[in-house]
Amino acid sequence: MAIYLNSDSKIIVQGMTGGMGAKHTTLMVESGANIVGGVNARKAGTSVELGGKELPVFGSVAEAMKETGANVSVAFVPPAFTKDACIEAIDAEIPLLVVITEGVPVQDSAEVFAYLEGKSTRMIGPNCPGIISPEQSLAGITPHTIAGRGPIGLVSKSGTLTYQMMHELRDFGFTTAIGIGGDPVIGTTHIDALEAFENDPETKAIVMIGEIGGDAEERAAAYIQANVTKPVVGYVAGFTAPEGKTMGHAGAIVSGSSGTAQAKKEALEAAGVKVGKTPSETAELMREIMKNL
Amino acid sequence: MGKTVDLMEYQAKELFAKHGVATTLGVVVETAEAARAAAEEIGGVTVIKAQVKAGGRGKAGGVKLAKTADEAFEHASNILGMEIKGLTVNRVLVTPATPPEEEYYFSFLLDRSNRSYLCIASVEGGVEIEEVAKTNPDAVRQIPINALEGVTAEKAAFIVDDAKFPAELRDQAIEMVQKLWEVFVEEDATLVEVNPLARLAGDKLEALDGKVSLDDNASEVRHEDHEAFEIREEADPLEAKAKDLGLNYVKLDGEIGIIGNGAGLVMSTLDVVAYAGENHGGVKPANFLDIGGGANAQVMANGLDVILNDPQVKSVFVNVFGGITACDEVANGIKGALEILGDAASKPLVVRLDGNNVDLGRAILNELNHPLVTVVATMDGAADKAAELANA
Repeated sequence: MAIYLNSDSKIIVQGMTGGMGAKHTTLMVESGANIVGGVNARKAGTSVELGGKELPVFGSVAEAMKETGANVSVAFVPPAFTKDACIEAIDAEIPLLVVITEGVPVQDSAEVFAYLEGKSTRMIGPNCPGIISPEQSLAGITPHTIAGRGPIGLVSKSGTLTYQMMHELRDFGFTTAIGIGGDPVIGTTHIDALEAFENDPETKAIVMIGEIGGDAEERAAAYIQANVTKPVVGYVAGFTAPEGKTMGHAGAIVSGSSGTAQAKKEALEAAGVKVGKTPSETAELMREIMKNL
Repeated sequence: MGKTVDLMEYQAKELFAKHGVATTLGVVVETAEAARAAAEEIGGVTVIKAQVKAGGRGKAGGVKLAKTADEAFEHASNILGMEIKGLTVNRVLVTPATPPEEEYYFSFLLDRSNRSYLCIASVEGGVEIEEVAKTNPDAVRQIPINALEGVTAEKAAFIVDDAKFPAELRDQAIEMVQKLWEVFVEEDATLVEVNPLARLAGDKLEALDGKVSLDDNASEVRHEDHEAFEIREEADPLEAKAKDLGLNYVKLDGEIGIIGNGAGLVMSTLDVVAYAGENHGGVKPANFLDIGGGANAQVMANGLDVILNDPQVKSVFVNVFGGITACDEVANGIKGALEILGDAASKPLVVRLDGNNVDLGRAILNELNHPLVTVVATMDGAADKAAELANA
């Protein structure tokens, strides 16, 4: 098992024919993920060869789903068109929508989030590396070579910290590693992923990576305390980030005391989560837990 | 909140005026002489207000009442050049003094926790709103806004009635709420705040002060005109240079220059370096610099160029995890950067590479055998080495 994505997943790519889309579709095909086609209204009816696989291009998400049985869409659409691409996918009732695009206007994300209400689609992102269930499937840009399949579940705001942590714990491997993105408005949260990992029999322990800004980690801490029985280790980046200075990630800004790395660490520790000072120390904490499981 | 451009009061008021929100623009000046002329032009009593992106301007002495043009000159002389929360005041706004009969508070903002928008409104006092929120939270109304429905005339009326605006101001308030919503949506703001929203003589509602934060992503995509709001002179010169080079750089107060890929990893690198510094005389990270996914030679050279120009920097830590980018490309980037920089590269570099093609990457750096470059296998170990070198 894994969460959200497994070897049965059939993936289409919105924006497959663009630069980023073509590059990462190739990498996804090479990883062994079951990519079944792409969507581009202007190139409907054609096909492209990516990663040695002939992939049909469809005019819409709905058509692609009907023709291929796709149940996952990965969007590499430019930020100006991301909102429309998301709404198209949600209207087509795609079960999982992974939005990689960086730079989406936050009001567009807020509208998409409101639109999701009562719909059947789960959205991950935007501005995220996506999701990988190693040796099963990949919907996003996470390199499939970092780590294999294993008992750990990983959820992180940051892409490169996801890679770093997978690398640190590659001797154990992962059920699923999911990068939820650091934008102020995102589809899937830490809490959603924690709930799914808790319910996934193959996942034995969970790593949760957060960073400064917002209160998602504090709320995740409260959720863990009330609902999660599996061991969780945590890492929070941004202890030395200066107050009020934007550090590049859309979500990563501190204003006042709430949202600081210290506050998040304390909240997680109060919920029984072991929090490492560095990524390597966090991996060590997980190692200890795995030893005693 | 997300990456935003925060506007100064006079810029916020320009946007208010553009969307028909009642406000008085006043005159923005950069010299005391010009402040005198503006006060003369306006006539009567004026207010001289420091224009910086910081709250608490009044308490810091940055807002003064001037009865005459000479007084305006005097206040402006004192305020210009003053520091408020670390920001130098380079301009003042001269506006007619319009003493409010009552002060209200109003804002629309992105509500990150609920992934939607929120309206906050209160008729119990403007400037001391945070105090009111503590002592009388019921008087500070928080009204969620559905992102798809927005603020209709009915919603605006609901907000005004819920906040208990006086009956004689109801129609004006409803109109103002709708116009402020127009500012929020049409300008892609994450915050539109009016504090105080003033009741002036003759039952006239007016935005006496304004704070607006604009979403950077939206400005890139659909608001070319927003670029004019970015005031460059206030940025640190190294930050300005980095910006010209297209780098995501923030200057900090420390000795160890940092280059990494991915905002999360770079933030983490700053933390790890700060911990390592505790064992080496308290040295700290000198900057945040995220060179992103494609770390080619030119980007690496640009990054090193900015960091090596920081006189505080004693050593540099390059921390790259090769995800999509292969480590051999990064190593070639460092090699190329050192060639491009030549003698300008004068400080020790500690490099930690891991991930995709790491063996090739390390081999390139080992073969280069550059006297300034030390390759360390782990992030924690490399941070320690960089701190040690910065403290040497």
